[in-house]
Amino acid sequence: MNDASAPVVVTPDKSAAIEMIGVHKWFGAFHVLRNINLAVARRERIVICGPSGSGKSTLIRCVNRLEEHQRGKIIVDGMELTNDIRRIDEARRDIGMVFQSFNLFPHLTILENCTLAPIWVRRLPKAEAEEIAMRFLTRVKIPEQANKYPGQLSGGQQQRVAIARALCMNPKIMLFDEPTSSLDPEMVKEVLDTMVGLAEDGMTMIVVTHEMGFARQVADRVVFMDNGEIVEINAPAEFFGNPRHERTKLFLSQILR
Amino acid sequence: MAEPAGLTRTSLLNDPKMRGYASQALLVLVLLALFLFAGRNAFVNMTARGIPLGLGFWDQTAGFDINQKLIPYTPQSTYGRAFWVGLWNTALVGALGIVLATPLGFAVGIARLSRNWILAKAAMVYVEIMRNTPLLLQLLFWYNAVLKNLPSPRQSISLGGFVFLNDRGLYLPNPQFGEGAQWILVALVLAVAAAFGFWYRARQRQAMTGAQAPVALVSLALCLGAPALAYILAGRPIAFDLARLTRFNLTGGLQLYPEFAALVFGLVTYTAGFIAEIVRAGVLAVPKGQSEAAAALGLSRRATLRLVIVPQAMRLITPPLTSQYLNIVKNSSLAVAIGYPDLVLIFAGTVLDQTHAAVQVMAITMGVYLTISLVVSLALNLYGARNALQER
Amino acid sequence: MTAAFVRAAPEPVLAAPLLQRGALAWLRENLFSSLWSTVLTIGLIALSLWVLPPIIAWATVDAVWSAPDGALCRAQQDGACWALIGWKFDYLRYGSYPMDERWRVDATEIVGAILIAWLLWPRAPRRLIGIALFFVAYPILAFVLLHGSTALGLPIVDTALWGGVFVSLLTALVGIVFSLPLGVLLALGRRSRLPVVRTASVIYIEVMRGVPFITVLFMANNMLPLFLPEAWAPDRLLRPLVGTALFAAAYLAEEVRGGLQLMPKGQFEGAMALGLNYRRMMALVILPQALTMVIPGIVNNFIGLFKDTTLISIVGTLDFLETVQNAAKDPIWAGPTIAATGYAFAAMFYFLFCFGMSRYSIAMERRLAAGRRL
Repeated sequence: MNDASAPVVVTPDKSAAIEMIGVHKWFGAFHVLRNINLAVARRERIVICGPSGSGKSTLIRCVNRLEEHQRGKIIVDGMELTNDIRRIDEARRDIGMVFQSFNLFPHLTILENCTLAPIWVRRLPKAEAEEIAMRFLTRVKIPEQANKYPGQLSGGQQQRVAIARALCMNPKIMLFDEPTSSLDPEMVKEVLDTMVGLAEDGMTMIVVTHEMGFARQVADRVVFMDNGEIVEINAPAEFFGNPRHERTKLFLSQILR
Repeated sequence: MAEPAGLTRTSLLNDPKMRGYASQALLVLVLLALFLFAGRNAFVNMTARGIPLGLGFWDQTAGFDINQKLIPYTPQSTYGRAFWVGLWNTALVGALGIVLATPLGFAVGIARLSRNWILAKAAMVYVEIMRNTPLLLQLLFWYNAVLKNLPSPRQSISLGGFVFLNDRGLYLPNPQFGEGAQWILVALVLAVAAAFGFWYRARQRQAMTGAQAPVALVSLALCLGAPALAYILAGRPIAFDLARLTRFNLTGGLQLYPEFAALVFGLVTYTAGFIAEIVRAGVLAVPKGQSEAAAALGLSRRATLRLVIVPQAMRLITPPLTSQYLNIVKNSSLAVAIGYPDLVLIFAGTVLDQTHAAVQVMAITMGVYLTISLVVSLALNLYGARNALQER
Repeated sequence: MTAAFVRAAPEPVLAAPLLQRGALAWLRENLFSSLWSTVLTIGLIALSLWVLPPIIAWATVDAVWSAPDGALCRAQQDGACWALIGWKFDYLRYGSYPMDERWRVDATEIVGAILIAWLLWPRAPRRLIGIALFFVAYPILAFVLLHGSTALGLPIVDTALWGGVFVSLLTALVGIVFSLPLGVLLALGRRSRLPVVRTASVIYIEVMRGVPFITVLFMANNMLPLFLPEAWAPDRLLRPLVGTALFAAAYLAEEVRGGLQLMPKGQFEGAMALGLNYRRMMALVILPQALTMVIPGIVNNFIGLFKDTTLISIVGTLDFLETVQNAAKDPIWAGPTIAATGYAFAAMFYFLFCFGMSRYSIAMERRLAAGRRL
């Protein structure tokens, strides 16, 4: 077990997909991320859980620079994230993100939602972009909705489209920010099944979620965050079966009845 | 009408249908009575005072002059002709107001959203001043306190000898189009067509190969460069007639009267304040998640604005923006307070005073504005119905 | 980093880096966040330093605060002539209303202010009495006080003498008092299923909203005497008041209709299920809620109406703006700074009044929104 009060000196590991070294973030005067140290290997699936306000969303939003960190290093695919806008854009092309509120573009059709970035960022010809889009829409099992608008779809369908949209950019890493929290219960399964399928295909994933069943089934490691710091990390069997830290035990007792 | 067995007959008094008919009949009777009462009084009063009852006055000689007109008019013209002069003047002010207030309003609205605190606050101060002081006050201020206080023609403020400003108006160079000037217009039209063509081909090429072309820059270069080239090649066929001082006044040049300038300036600055708020509300209404999702996909800030934010914001901005355009047209009627000869001043003012045909004149005047309002509202409704976001 | 990890000791809470918190952070975020922003900040500060001090000086340091006539103002040409305002203050306030009777104007205004505060205060008790007083008793009281009544020993004051701020306030108030009931009727009429009622309401509303206010005033001024018998010749002040009320009613109708449309269908159904007839349902359940919801909209309407009252000066009524203009034309005071002074004063008055009311309206809206999150 690691002693976290000793200063951590970690040399960047080039085979890691994401490395966070000594990352601190403040919102104004509030210290919201405290000395985060986390390395995610390629093809690894990480689930981050914790009470609300623990900073888990902030953490993954720092990975694709939707939030800025003030101290420490975040290295994505061997490249450090700084204020350089071109690096940020480059990094974002290889990172896909799925949001809690789907964030589909309501004025575009489903197909257009999926082809927007490939056409305007990767500069693909329209036919090729559409072919890729249909492939992923079929993968998430809603190819027949391609010409509908987001407002005409159910929540579960919209989230699956959001996953397809992110996949169309061929990302190396997928980030999920509470993807099922806004869904009606009967639609949660269809989205989780999609994510399980993705994991089985070897995608590097970081998922912030409360769905512990998913964590048990899919995660390589479970990270528990509380109060801006990482409290415990372990493989799911150990994490759920034998939690070590007091706070982890408290959290699990509240989540799992 | 056979009634199904088992339904009891309600009394006529309590049957909602009968009550509906009865109350409507009552309303019709009351309105009719009001109309007859008013109409009879009007008839009696008008004949007693010798006021014409028909539209005969339309072809009578007007007998007054109008100093700012877009179509030919003399004091020997008819009242009908005066109506058209006024209508064209109102149209001019309205069109100019819309064309100038829109970019100003958008600029202030975007400034209001800026991250720079000073810019945002400055824009806010502008908007609050414009919205909390009456338009009439602003017009009178520009007219009486600013324009009338300009120096007399002999001491005009001059900008490089090209533009003169005094209390009789703003004197701009009057372009004189000489031999070959039409080629400039031809060049412009061709340039616009070429820009469209380029845009279309660029779109096709992007669909085919994915490559992007700098459409905006090329279009701008074409639309500016081609006319300029034509101007030079045709031997610079535009001369400018500048105003010059003669005796007590300036002659020549293109004279913009202070009434016109004050009206347009006041309308533009006033309405821009309201447009700014509409633009701000529209942009803020687009959820933050939209720009986050676009950013997460790797879209640049410019592409995000162009492809995701602006289309959604424009949907929300268009209806209230159109309302403001209508307001510009309606507010142009305040010209009557500073003496610009618009439709209200000429027709509902001078013509009404001279002919006393109040009912006819007011009906026609209000009819004009009403027609404009209804046509624009109808167009807006059609546009809105077609472009509404598809929902379940 | 090993695969498994358990925290041994809590991470210390660190203070945010200097550039992140406090004044420095604010400056960085808001004024200097990028090169463009820095340029803007510097440019705007330079611009304000160039433009603002002369204006402030014009209004304060260089201004003439007290003088018996325009000589001093003519001498000091780069300052406002506030002395004019001070001298003409009563005229701007009351017009030519006789000095001995001015208490009547004050009384009317004070009563009006109390009643309005009663109606607009969210937690006021017994609002129904306030409504009855404001819409029924107050107009009668105001008329008797302002116009006079020989029966009560109050000398009649001809409306030609009325002028200034009180006429502007009066016009706006009359506009609201009479346009609110009419507006509610029109809104209900527009939603009615009876075709005649609906058509009549729609025609009225669309006509009034489609034409400029000045044409309505012209219409009232010129046509009202024609449509009424000789014997009923309407008073010069009454005509623009009628025009204002009719005009405002259409806009208010649309506000109220908006509020009615926002009412959840369940309210109507609940009331009907209880056996309330149309009139009772509207009066007891729907309208109280709908009207409360549109109070911010109605206040905004009032602000707009107050600004629009300036137009009655065009049809010859002596409102506040007209008194300012008249005061500025006084030959004793003539000078190059007079017009600007007059308009600046009028602008400040309107600005304070309208801005204040709009702040109230925003606060009301926030409170209502908070209350609606059930």
